[in-house]
Amino acid sequence: MNDARPAGETSQFEIRIEDKTHFGADGTRIPAIRDLVLEVRPQSMTVLMGPSGCGKTTLLRIVAGLDTRFVGKVYVPEAARIGIMFQEPRLLPWRTVRRNIEIVAENLSNAELDHLASAVDIADMLPRYPQELSLGLARRVALARAFAPRPDLLLLDEPFVSLDERTADRLRRLLLEVWSARSTTALLVTHNPREAILLADELVLLAPRPTHVVAVVPILIPQAKRDATVVEEIYADLLKCYPANFATG
Amino acid sequence: MTVSAAPPDTLTRTHSYRGPLLSLLSIAGFLLVWFIAAEIAQSRLLPGPVEVVRYVFDEAVHGDLLAELGITLWRVTASFVVAMLIGSVIGLAMGESPALDRALDPWLIVLLNLPALVIIILAYVWFGLNEAAAIGAVALNKIPNAIVTMREGARALDPGLEEVARAYRLSFWSKLRNVTLPQLQPYFAASSRSGISLIWKIVLVVELLGRPNGVGFELHLNFQLFNVTAIIGYTIAFVTVMLAIEYLLVQPLERRTTRWRNKPV
Repeated sequence: MNDARPAGETSQFEIRIEDKTHFGADGTRIPAIRDLVLEVRPQSMTVLMGPSGCGKTTLLRIVAGLDTRFVGKVYVPEAARIGIMFQEPRLLPWRTVRRNIEIVAENLSNAELDHLASAVDIADMLPRYPQELSLGLARRVALARAFAPRPDLLLLDEPFVSLDERTADRLRRLLLEVWSARSTTALLVTHNPREAILLADELVLLAPRPTHVVAVVPILIPQAKRDATVVEEIYADLLKCYPANFATG
Repeated sequence: MTVSAAPPDTLTRTHSYRGPLLSLLSIAGFLLVWFIAAEIAQSRLLPGPVEVVRYVFDEAVHGDLLAELGITLWRVTASFVVAMLIGSVIGLAMGESPALDRALDPWLIVLLNLPALVIIILAYVWFGLNEAAAIGAVALNKIPNAIVTMREGARALDPGLEEVARAYRLSFWSKLRNVTLPQLQPYFAASSRSGISLIWKIVLVVELLGRPNGVGFELHLNFQLFNVTAIIGYTIAFVTVMLAIEYLLVQPLERRTTRWRNKPV
């Protein structure tokens, strides 16, 4: 599935999925993705936004190489390091927070790990076990883990769902801070329009199942300047242009 | 996660003080009943605890008791290691591959139901009365049980964590050590527990049938001499060894490997 590209172009990622169909337990065919083409600009935050159940997670799993049963091609270089954050933190409960981060990034020095941990504000948690952490803290650990291998491609699958709005907002700001300090190519999936507007360099609107790209909307205002009022303004604009995609939010 | 109203120091006291006291009282009660029964019976066939302990002590100092215990313990250890190693590898493979599971399942059921005695006799007949045949026969008796338990463990592996390992491209060994084995730990513990007791019982049969030493051989010898004191003495000596292994080795190890559990938020 992975066709390696020449070294000079490694930071470019391209996704072409002609067809991805799930098979239900009783053999019914559930088409998930149809004719989806997407280029991910290097060092940018691309946000995929679509209604719940439209196949966003499936798309991300294909890009991560976790799902290889589809028709099409994903151009991610073989050597590309991937950092991923799932909807659940998915930490190893039998390893301390520090070990959880170390395990996925063998060449990370202790100093770098400590620096990363303080960046997401979990420096005190390093010797603890994941079961001692709240969901918000565990998400921060998962975020640190995703950045630990210095990823060429960072994949984030609804990383802030089921958190209260204040915690989610703090974590979004935290993500932006860590991300902009490391200029990584990132692909984030969400169904939350305000979250998408706050984070995206390029906002990709997805159709309901079987999904494909409806539009790619670049957002030019730097993330740092997007406070609540700016987000609401952009939201109002987008609601006018794409009522079907933004109506429910 | 445990929820407890008791402050931490009360909890510790309950575990380190009252626990052993109760256990010791229960053992003392048993000894007392035994002592009284022996006093009433006044028979060579039911020696009292004092007599047995004196025999064990004498045999340990002047006789072969320690050497016999040692050789039996070595056989138990060797069979245990062989059985757990082979059983875990096959069990894991069967749990992860449905095709392999279907292919090997009938043999597993056959082996599970084959009497220990048959395996031992055939091993001795085919491979001779030697150490390898003895240990192999014992291990073969335990392997199917280990397979069954470890197969369940492999089926219960968390696919979410498997995906983490794949997405981050963990090496085979790193994945085994950090992701797979910790999930199998409870299954391995259960299998070891039931395994070690099963193995030591079968080791005695193997020794009785075709070895010139070990606890099983001594039991056989003393059965022919009708020396009940020696039979009980050897049994108690070996059970003591197994108890020591359980409390001094298995349980501390288990506490260490499960220390990440039950930590309240």
